Amino acid sequence: MTTETLVPVDEALEKYDPVMGLEIHIELNTATKMFCGCPTEFGAEPNTQVCPVCLALPGALPVVNAKAIESAIRIGLALNCEIAEWCRFARKNYFYPDMPKNFQTSQYDEPIAFNGHVDVEVDGETYRIDIERAHMEEDTGKSLHVGGSTGRIHGADFSLVDYNRAGIPLIEIVTRTIEVPGDKAAAVARAYVSYVRDLIGGLGVSDVRMDQGSLRADVNLSLKPKGSTTLGTRSETKNVNSFRSVERAVRYEISRHAGILDEGGSVLQETRHFHEDTGTTSSGREKSDADDYRYFPEPDLAPVSPSREWVEELRATLPEPPAVRRSRLQADWGFSDLDMRDTIGAGALDLIVATVEAGTTPQAAKKWWLGEMARRANVTGSDLDALGITPTQVAEIQALIDSGRINDKLARSVFDGVIAGEGTPEEVIVGRKLEVVSDDGALGAAVDRAIEADPDAAEKIRGGNLGVAGALIGAVMKEMRGQADAGRVRELILEKLT
Amino acid sequence: MTDLTKLSAADLAGKLARKEVSSVEATQAQLDRIAAVDGDVHAFLHVDAEGALATAADIDARRAAGEGLHGLAGVPIAVKDIVATKGMPTTCGSKILDGWIPPYDATITQRIKAAGLPILGKTNMDEFAMGSSTEHSAYGPTRNPWDRDRIPGGSGGGSAAAVAAFEAALAIGTDTGGSIRQPGALTGTVGVKPTYGGISRYGLVALASSLDQAGPVTRTVLDAALLHELMGGHDPMDSTSIDAPAPLVVSAARRADVKGLKIGIVKELGGEGFQAGVSARFHEAVELLTSAGAEVVEVSLPSLEYALAAYYLVMPSEASSNLARFDAMRYGVRVPPAGADDPSAEQVMASSRDAGFGDEVKRRIIVGTYALSSGYYDAYYGSAQKVRTLLARDFASAFEQVDVLVSPTSPTTAWPLGAKLDDPLSMYLQDVATIPANLAGIPGISLPVGLAEEDGLPVGLQFLAPQQADDRLYNAGAALEKLLEDKWGGPMLAQAPDLEVVR
Repeated sequence: MTTETLVPVDEALEKYDPVMGLEIHIELNTATKMFCGCPTEFGAEPNTQVCPVCLALPGALPVVNAKAIESAIRIGLALNCEIAEWCRFARKNYFYPDMPKNFQTSQYDEPIAFNGHVDVEVDGETYRIDIERAHMEEDTGKSLHVGGSTGRIHGADFSLVDYNRAGIPLIEIVTRTIEVPGDKAAAVARAYVSYVRDLIGGLGVSDVRMDQGSLRADVNLSLKPKGSTTLGTRSETKNVNSFRSVERAVRYEISRHAGILDEGGSVLQETRHFHEDTGTTSSGREKSDADDYRYFPEPDLAPVSPSREWVEELRATLPEPPAVRRSRLQADWGFSDLDMRDTIGAGALDLIVATVEAGTTPQAAKKWWLGEMARRANVTGSDLDALGITPTQVAEIQALIDSGRINDKLARSVFDGVIAGEGTPEEVIVGRKLEVVSDDGALGAAVDRAIEADPDAAEKIRGGNLGVAGALIGAVMKEMRGQADAGRVRELILEKLT
Repeated sequence: MTDLTKLSAADLAGKLARKEVSSVEATQAQLDRIAAVDGDVHAFLHVDAEGALATAADIDARRAAGEGLHGLAGVPIAVKDIVATKGMPTTCGSKILDGWIPPYDATITQRIKAAGLPILGKTNMDEFAMGSSTEHSAYGPTRNPWDRDRIPGGSGGGSAAAVAAFEAALAIGTDTGGSIRQPGALTGTVGVKPTYGGISRYGLVALASSLDQAGPVTRTVLDAALLHELMGGHDPMDSTSIDAPAPLVVSAARRADVKGLKIGIVKELGGEGFQAGVSARFHEAVELLTSAGAEVVEVSLPSLEYALAAYYLVMPSEASSNLARFDAMRYGVRVPPAGADDPSAEQVMASSRDAGFGDEVKRRIIVGTYALSSGYYDAYYGSAQKVRTLLARDFASAFEQVDVLVSPTSPTTAWPLGAKLDDPLSMYLQDVATIPANLAGIPGISLPVGLAEEDGLPVGLQFLAPQQADDRLYNAGAALEKLLEDKWGGPMLAQAPDLEVVR
């Protein structure tokens, strides 16, 4: 394979406009599968959550999970979609070992929800993303390719298939083409996926965990020369497993497409895989018009015709729309517009909500999530909610600071310990011996040594220049390796010198 | 002592209830009959003597203990090999399922087991129910008990022949385009295709999901009604199952009165292409109905001329998708490709399907795949679905004028083995009268109306009724059966030649 020529994004955007389409797959959190009564729990022993229906034994028939229909309608309504009065499932026919029937039961030209939109905000600007459709389908099983180095089928010695996931209900949300200023494309894509995650998380119909695959995003992207109205050939990038990756995938594909087009080449219509480690994409399966899924209405399933009354009942169960909720939270918390924008941009809204619910002040919660946690997420390239620390733990640590047992500096070490799996904040403090020393005996001795070591400063303080106390406090802190109660140290210094 | 194998299911059930005979005796009699004649007829692919006798003994014991039992408890039954039976082979007449033992029961199997009917075994059929002669079974053809050099019809030739040869009084069939009714006509037995959705399809290996329907195969109309009632009714495991009270078919079969019944002869199903002896027996039967007080008129179903073409698009299209699951990955025969050292899953799928499926199955998968292809879908599958709508309208307007429709079940009597094997189109044409009911989802019954003059072979007549009016079929069928038996002085099968019995 020849190396790809990559054009820096800024240069690419001088010549081309990106056109995007985003597909999001949401795994619903129903107790049972889409078409049978098997449990859906994540992480069970392979092939223990299967039955004649989801294994496609000869003669077995599907029956639609009513709860999944309800969730699909609620998602459709939250996306401002119309809900079909009558729709059907369709069979998407192709052979693959992890798909038991060798067709996927999906929806084709009759989706349950269609013609919706959502508004996302990037750098203070609002962008409307039009939703073409949200349809119901079932997940496939999972292939595990054993042997070989890549974990992909090529080079593997053999493959194992786990059908536990086969038949888990999915909702696929498909946008219409998204055309925004090129320099905003990546951020808008990220903001959209993040918005949908919050929206659907708020409905309680899915765990929306990108790291566990319960929310999966595909990024379709093409470039067209500036001023042109003809769409270019698109690539479909799969396996984009974090918000950050959505952004990176968009940028990488802009660079890659521009490289091909600049050299006069043509972009292949193909599936590409995103690699978290390198931030690049690689060729998957070539797609072409030859791909023919022979869709036809699923004759084994009765059509779905949700009554208008039911749809209205479900509409009434929708939580507060995100925009309204954000305004309310901003007012409650006393955040500035900029604070709020940063919070949403970082995907920290729900984390701060949960931290505040656990007893922390909004300002303190914001300080941790947008400061310390955002910095850590940047280093590891993960999303905030995948860092390995929960809002409850952050709140516990803040409470420990408030009570004076640790200070901000020690708190960072507690975060390290919690993330490293050393236990609860309390256990980490004990394990790492991080407690602040406020015992007057130990502190007094240290203060005495500091005064002795810096008689000039001591003299100035005696003379009424209290501003110099900081130097002595610093010396005490240094001696105590940061574990001193700074407030008490100051008091002791003043007691001794004034 | 009475030959227990010659009794109707209703009569045998009566004797069992009165404890004049035990289920073990009746079941053993059927097993003996199978052992004696089935080497020749080959109606069964699998016989489960042990299981059947165990069920029979259990029922006898429960009856002796005074337990309340289902009316058909203890009456042995044969099951078409397309119905999933837990612990008993289910091959669909195909090599690709050779040795497959289902780990679950079809809903109708569960109902039969719950009612205590000993299952004698699984009956032969055209592979995956594709065929009208049972010659497409991968395990060899079934022979017609009336003439063993002839086919018994298909796809359910095994169930029909088993009943005609007195190997069982009750059998289960499935009917996608006539697979219950046409073998019924060709073997002189009774076969019913119920309203689509009237009997659960859960556990029937699907040929064409929107057309398939299980139904009873028997020697009398009342027996068919008893079995229909046992199998029928709503099943939450089948999303296309009708959730409404089932038609009262047994009381209809007992009523057997056509006085004032309006009967429509389907104009398009007669005349050219219909064997003279078939037409003659059919018209005599209609006259008998008239003489018994029925009002007979001729009705036209103009869309009928497109029915066969539509059927041979819808059925293979759905089949091509339904049969995709036979990929040697999870069950069934796995045949690795010759010469490939390290074959891919895709290669194993392809070679297994190549080795496992017969020619007729491959033909229909190819036709169906083509008909569903992008660019052809609208012209083929799409047009065929429109024909179904037109046909359903034709039927609806016909049923505004009459209570039931009537036609010959099959244009001809049974043909010699091999006669049409190389001519699939001529084989497909045999389904012209039965297919419309499947396309429209309406019920149909076939019953014997005599032997054709020219060849002495059975002729069948078919009644059709509106959806969910299966009871009308049983009323009309039972009435005609009675009129004919009065005329003949007994059941038609009494005229069947004695089968050579192996001792």
